[in-house]
Amino acid sequence: MARINVTNLHKSFGSFTAVKNSTFTVDDGDFFCLLGPSGCGKTTTLRMIAGLELPTSGEIRLAGEDVTFKPASQRDIAFVFQLFALYPHMNVRQNIAYPLKNIGMAAGEIDRRIAEAARTLRIAHLLERAVNGLSSGDRQRVALGRAIVREPAAFMMDEPLGALDAEFRHIMCGELRALHNRLKATTVYVTHDQLEAMSMGDKIAVMNEGVIEQSGSPQEIYDRPASMFVADFIGSPPMNFLSFGGSLVKGGREIAIGIGRQRVPELRVDMPAADYVLGVRPEHVQISESGPIRGEVFGSEYLGTTQIVTINTAEGQVRARLSSDVSLRAGDRLGLEFRPEKLSIFARATGRAIPTALHDGGHR
Amino acid sequence: MNGNRTAYSVVEPSHITKRIAGSIVVAYAMLTLIPLVWIVLTAIKSPPDSISYPPKVIPWVHFEPTIEGFCNLFTTRSRQTPEYLATLPPARGICESQARAKNMVVVSESKYIPRFLNSVIIAFGSTALAVFLGTLAAYGFSRFRVPLKDDLLFFILSTRMMPPIAVAIPIYLMYRELGLQDTRIGMILLYTSVNVSLAVWLLKGFIDEIPREYEEAAMIDGYTRLQAFRKVVLPQAATGIAATAIFCMIFAWNEYAFAVLLTSGDAQTAPPFIPIIIGEGGQDWPAVAAGTTLFLIPILVFTVLLRKHLLRGITFGAVRK
Repeated sequence: MARINVTNLHKSFGSFTAVKNSTFTVDDGDFFCLLGPSGCGKTTTLRMIAGLELPTSGEIRLAGEDVTFKPASQRDIAFVFQLFALYPHMNVRQNIAYPLKNIGMAAGEIDRRIAEAARTLRIAHLLERAVNGLSSGDRQRVALGRAIVREPAAFMMDEPLGALDAEFRHIMCGELRALHNRLKATTVYVTHDQLEAMSMGDKIAVMNEGVIEQSGSPQEIYDRPASMFVADFIGSPPMNFLSFGGSLVKGGREIAIGIGRQRVPELRVDMPAADYVLGVRPEHVQISESGPIRGEVFGSEYLGTTQIVTINTAEGQVRARLSSDVSLRAGDRLGLEFRPEKLSIFARATGRAIPTALHDGGHR
Repeated sequence: MNGNRTAYSVVEPSHITKRIAGSIVVAYAMLTLIPLVWIVLTAIKSPPDSISYPPKVIPWVHFEPTIEGFCNLFTTRSRQTPEYLATLPPARGICESQARAKNMVVVSESKYIPRFLNSVIIAFGSTALAVFLGTLAAYGFSRFRVPLKDDLLFFILSTRMMPPIAVAIPIYLMYRELGLQDTRIGMILLYTSVNVSLAVWLLKGFIDEIPREYEEAAMIDGYTRLQAFRKVVLPQAATGIAATAIFCMIFAWNEYAFAVLLTSGDAQTAPPFIPIIIGEGGQDWPAVAAGTTLFLIPILVFTVLLRKHLLRGITFGAVRK
């Protein structure tokens, strides 16, 4: 098992830059998710760690050893592909045995490890089957089997659940996490699905256009997004953005927005007059006739215990997660206020979060 | 089913359609087979039977089969006086006896067997070389970022855009300068250069169809790229390689124009040799037919051996999911 250090990793394909100066650390035994929309460079990053792609510049260390330009075969890493990549001319047992045969392991040890992996993944009854006849879930289990029998220093997983149907994906999600809890192997997991990342990851790095926008625990990323991109990408429905202007004063606890003032986490910096954005999670929106924002109900989606109400305001559309008891109809006019300690403030121009008490936990 | 059809299937052809289609296929196959059957029949006729009118069709009924054609193919004979023949020891072998009956003696073996061997060596040699080079090139084009890839691929294809015989004279002059004229290696190189473009394009299609993840998985599992290519890509591409080999083989085996132009002796292949037989002492159709019949056999065997790949191969990987 090993820690992975990625420093200033850069990758260009001709004039296109896929990954820009990425730096992050995956701690020993962590389940690390690289999350982002398609084309954001997350798979390229993963492939560079595995050695399937060579970086343009930067450094990758695996358990302290510089492996940046080592071929994939010389890194102690297993890779699980989205499309399984099981060898079609071999049966399940041969597929799982393949990486072990390559390193010349004794037949008895191979059998022992296969039996153990098959028990862990509950595929013992499939060992003599051809891979072509298997369901996609079983195929992915076999692919996982092929990865875990090697007992590698780290696992790379490239959207391993992407080819499964929704119901199965949910089951495999749980199984993968359970498997990780048992093996405690360092894992880098690439996905574009925030639910997978949030439910499985110890740490998440959100990528966009080749840049890691933020990395941290799922809660950190959800509660304290470092940029509007992260805030918008994580959460369903995503964070609401409300425009306001003016200057921000260090130590200030209020901003002027709409027709009144809204309390916010204490500001840690002075900012000149400019356009800013207040970020509000839907569950932190409350109806209040004295609130600074006035709006008109556009519609609502009933979700059982809660409902998502869409409200048009002058500052932007707001989606609020409210109790289903609240009865609202399209066209109703109402006032809104927000839970102050949970609010984020972003600079409109850069999209980056403005430091507040939210980030250092110093809210009083 | 059960006769009480409730709806017509749009996709599945009906019984009658299937039967009609089947009959057409069978009729067409028989039509195309007639020339082949006629060649084989001619090969076992005597020269007078081969040109008789109305034609003699069914062996043992219309004519008596004979191996005279094959004897004439494999030997050269000369006419002698009966007095001289009487002084000779008794004939040995069927061909000798047949020649004696016509007041002839077998002088030597003909050149057919060496020419046939030339064909085998040149066709197999150039096929192997073209497929080998084609597979490597196709893999490279398929998997790596080759600078000017599209231009190079178009260049390779463009070598097929004019009939090869259009460059016959330059090639003839080049070969004379290089001493490749009438050599097997020269013919192998020539057929390879014609076939390799076909091989690259066909095989690139097949290799593109093989997901890269297979090789990548193998490399992760501890193989070098070359090992991954050998152990994972080649078995997957076997169908395409077999189909490509058949196409190359058929071209090299049948090629006539360059063979006539560039070979005359040591390296002459069977296609230019077979017509020469006609000229030797009257038109000996059974000998020509016998030469042709034997010439068909290797390509037949080769195709039959690889046929299970061929059908999948000519659908260009459409079968693979």
